Amino acid sequence: MDTLQDRIFQALADVKDPEIPDVSLIEMGMVHRVLVNDHDVTVQLMPTFVGCPALELIKKQTMDRLQQIDKKNRIHVEFVFDPPWTSDRITPDGHQKLKQFGIAPPQKSLQQLPSCPYCNQEDGEILNLFGPTACRAIYYCRGCKQPFEGMKVV
Amino acid sequence: MADDKLLLGHRDSEWLGCCPDIEGDVAFSSIAQDEVGHATFYYQLLHQLGEDDPDRLAFGRDASKWRNCMLVERENDDWTYSITRHLFFDQFDQIRLQAMCTSSYEPLQHGVKKMIREEYYHLLHMKTWFKQLGRAGGVATQKLQQAIEKLWPDVNGMFSFAGIEEDLLRFELIQLTPTEMRVKWEAEMKALFQQANMSWPGEFPQLKHDGRKGEHSAALKTLLLTMGEVYQSEPSAKW
Repeated sequence: MDTLQDRIFQALADVKDPEIPDVSLIEMGMVHRVLVNDHDVTVQLMPTFVGCPALELIKKQTMDRLQQIDKKNRIHVEFVFDPPWTSDRITPDGHQKLKQFGIAPPQKSLQQLPSCPYCNQEDGEILNLFGPTACRAIYYCRGCKQPFEGMKVV
Repeated sequence: MADDKLLLGHRDSEWLGCCPDIEGDVAFSSIAQDEVGHATFYYQLLHQLGEDDPDRLAFGRDASKWRNCMLVERENDDWTYSITRHLFFDQFDQIRLQAMCTSSYEPLQHGVKKMIREEYYHLLHMKTWFKQLGRAGGVATQKLQQAIEKLWPDVNGMFSFAGIEEDLLRFELIQLTPTEMRVKWEAEMKALFQQANMSWPGEFPQLKHDGRKGEHSAALKTLLLTMGEVYQSEPSAKW
């Protein structure tokens, strides 16, 4: 028999990043912990960026999903900055799915450039440190000669 | 800190669709989003400590109540001015954030540690452009020189703490005095000026008006009218 904690973590795997719908909050490494206390369930999430505009949506989607599996307890979703979310929290599954979605997963250091998510060539260049969302940058692949997005190292 | 960030973020957002190239446009929009996000973080902390609602602080406050430094309220002027202004501020901000990484107020400390990772990219972007403009020669370097001269009288204003520095230090909210911050800023910037082949403009002029004491230019009033236009049309509306 699964515990409530187990069921919550399974449900959180269904909540996707609104800007990258292939990747769940767990795969993004955004779930800090789940606290169960009496009739209160508190999910602590770590924002990827302080000003991420998707936070309210993520909160709502998390509440909605958890209320489906747990009708007895009060559900709370809060954002915490301690510990800070860092790009190395993205799980191996998360890396795989980012790549499938066409976004290069983050490297270990800022000096390393990501390999192209389309053709795997490593010889890329930075086009723009800033991309369509706060957490992404834009690169250019000299192999397949097209731009691609990559997750920033933070 | 909240006021600095919100105004700078708003000025950044004014560049949307107007930058010299599309990369610059994307950069300023992304940076604007970060800065406004940081401002929101600070306003929420203030609200938890008993200050007014964040929306009212941002959109419903008279210019004399704003505590930002003058540098961030100035009009954007040309792109070179905006980049140089951002560089000057970001370098100051990095020093100020580092000085709060061991702050006795934990919620502040946690937020600061997160923001510092994001600000890294802003500073890198501004430094890169400063060096490129400085080394380019011709119109680019001329404009950079003009931007530096126009900004120089506002530099000192970033380091004003309007008389509360002793309390901030005594309660260990921040670890550096304004003078220590300015010394660090000067060292970092002197090295960058050298790399960009730009000459150091010399001493910082004395402040005529101190934004941190609520002394502001007409530019702030215009900015607040623009920024608060929708909110002011119906302050009781729920969003």
